Amino acid sequence: MSRLKDKFAALKKEGRAAFVPFITAGDPDMETSFAILESLPAAGADVIELGLPFTDPMADGPAVQASSVRALKAGASTAKVLKMVEKFRKKDKTTPIVLMGYYNPVHAYGTAKFVKDVAQAGVDGLIVVDLPMEEDEVLRVPARAQGVDLIRFVTPTTDDARLKRIVADASGYLYYVSVAGVTGTKAVPEEEVRAALTRIRAATNLPCAVGFGIRSPEQAAGIARIADGVVVGSAIVGRVADNLGHGKERVVAEVLELTRALAGSTHAARHGKVPA
Amino acid sequence: MNQIPNSLRSAPDTSGHFGAYGGRFVAETLMPLVLSLEAAYEAAKKDPAFHAELSDLLKHYVGRESPLYFAERLTAHLGGAKIYLKREDLNHTGAHKINNCLGQILLAKRMGKTRIIAETGAGQHGVATATVAARFGLPCTVYMGEVDMERQKPNVFRMRLLGAEVKGVSSGSRTLKDATNEALRDWVANVHDTFYIIGSVVGPHPYPALVRDFQAVIGNETRAQMLDREKRLPDLVVACVGGGSNAAGMFHSFLDDAGVEIHGVEAAGDGVDTPRHAATISKGTPGVLHGARSYLLQDGDGQILEAHSISAGLDYPGIGPEHSWLKDIGRVKYHSVTDQEALDAFMLLSKLEGIIPALEPAHAIAHVSKIAGQMKSDRIIALCLSGRGDKDIFSVAEKLGEKL
Ligand SMILES: Cc1ncc(COP(=O)(O)O)c(C=O)c1O
Repeated sequence: MSRLKDKFAALKKEGRAAFVPFITAGDPDMETSFAILESLPAAGADVIELGLPFTDPMADGPAVQASSVRALKAGASTAKVLKMVEKFRKKDKTTPIVLMGYYNPVHAYGTAKFVKDVAQAGVDGLIVVDLPMEEDEVLRVPARAQGVDLIRFVTPTTDDARLKRIVADASGYLYYVSVAGVTGTKAVPEEEVRAALTRIRAATNLPCAVGFGIRSPEQAAGIARIADGVVVGSAIVGRVADNLGHGKERVVAEVLELTRALAGSTHAARHGKVPA
Repeated sequence: MNQIPNSLRSAPDTSGHFGAYGGRFVAETLMPLVLSLEAAYEAAKKDPAFHAELSDLLKHYVGRESPLYFAERLTAHLGGAKIYLKREDLNHTGAHKINNCLGQILLAKRMGKTRIIAETGAGQHGVATATVAARFGLPCTVYMGEVDMERQKPNVFRMRLLGAEVKGVSSGSRTLKDATNEALRDWVANVHDTFYIIGSVVGPHPYPALVRDFQAVIGNETRAQMLDREKRLPDLVVACVGGGSNAAGMFHSFLDDAGVEIHGVEAAGDGVDTPRHAATISKGTPGVLHGARSYLLQDGDGQILEAHSISAGLDYPGIGPEHSWLKDIGRVKYHSVTDQEALDAFMLLSKLEGIIPALEPAHAIAHVSKIAGQMKSDRIIALCLSGRGDKDIFSVAEKLGEKL
């Protein structure tokens, strides 16, 4: 069985898109971060992308960079992040967790040990930003052997020939990067995303989540009408940053409130009920 | 152990690997661009018109070939091997960096790109990039860590004079590594019109190969000049290593000559046994950063450590993948030199030869100072003097407690 497969199948039956929040593990500290993580499903998260912090997040804009810095300052490590997932999994057996990060921490951990330990902890998928298909075999193959999907990206610069090769070895879902750029800087261009999704659907039956540039419930609804999943990251970790001075409870509450708003509008989108 | 090919000069392989190092570890958004750069470079390599234009510019704009100068007084002072200096400091803009920038901007033109970006540490690559951008009439943005902007002020002003926009980078250690991150972020957001002129033999394939090829003119000239002057090859070739471009260019021509020993010199900062150094090969471990697998300064969790060197151009926690490979197969020996030793060498060369070296090649001078005296007087050393020290006089003065 695969939690990702089950989740996307169930959502398809219900006729709605997945809401996929991204948080950086350990931001602003391990304890608060876990409090957020364990409450995300109840707030409407269907799949959770959990960021593995890295000192040099080259594909991320200022908001995610800052969240990585906060997490590392507070002592986040790969081992602690895996413990966090393990603890989450004890109570939640169904919400897929996808670890998202850069290759060097994985490489340093040791690829073989990494895939074994993440599978054991209850991770369902991996997204490694700087591992294009030309380089991903080292992780994709052992991960699959442990039942963990390596999620591949499709971007506005991916042409049809490349798309074909990307989907050939892809599993779990596809991550469509809506804009050429780093996270959290440009707004999602809905019409272009629509065209890209048509192209992707012609190439594969895998579900396709869309991310980069979705900040508001309105944007989430727009994407939810056309995609299988809506990923929001910068706006959420930005909410952590905005509330740092006001105590941990406030950070958790604010992040969950934003999650509920984004999830609500994602889930209602296909019935035309978009809350303001 | 990896198989060692017949010629060490034929690396990388077609997927951009030097043994276990190199590769293309970039986001999917960049991958098509990286592939089209490779195609453009392969086509340019076969195009005589490309080589003709580059040679013409190297001759009339840069002032090549650069002299191979016999440092007679330094040789006498050290009392051993004969020391020759490859005078890259005499190039237009004052360092070897321009060789690479000209090659890359010609590629940018071939690819129809209309905007140039670059990262810089010491500012030498930034200046060289701003220079070629001005020469070809293209807008140019240079990313530079705020720490480096402070210690290389003259170069910041130079870049602005040349019409470039210098963007300060305040993330991380605010040095070269962070400037590189920021340049990559700009590139991924502007793939349609922007060419990223990388300043060293780092980054995703094909950069390490093409930068090496554009810098190989250094070693090719040195070889010919040495044969002309001494009727034989040098016994030892030495260059400083930051990202490793002047070294890669200097070494390339000699890699297959078993009789030529090769030394790369890294920055040891306060010392390799302190936390403050930039000796990536001596003290690092393999990892993946900025598009390639190579030696890195990192902690056990794969987080990148900050590098430290008096020389902004060597202050980088990574190194080109070719050097990692050359280290592992034992073809090149990598040594390191402290800030203090480099400063002493900076003064020594200034006083003995009337040549103020950049702090980067002062590391190579310092290394040679340690070993030349133990070599016989019929031995020959060729050292790449990668740049001149004008940019460094403020930071050296500060070290010496003088106010300019
Ligand atoms: C004069 C000089 N030498 C050496 C370097 C180090 O770079 P590389 O190792 O790529 O030659 C720099 C970098 O800025 C430089 O300015």
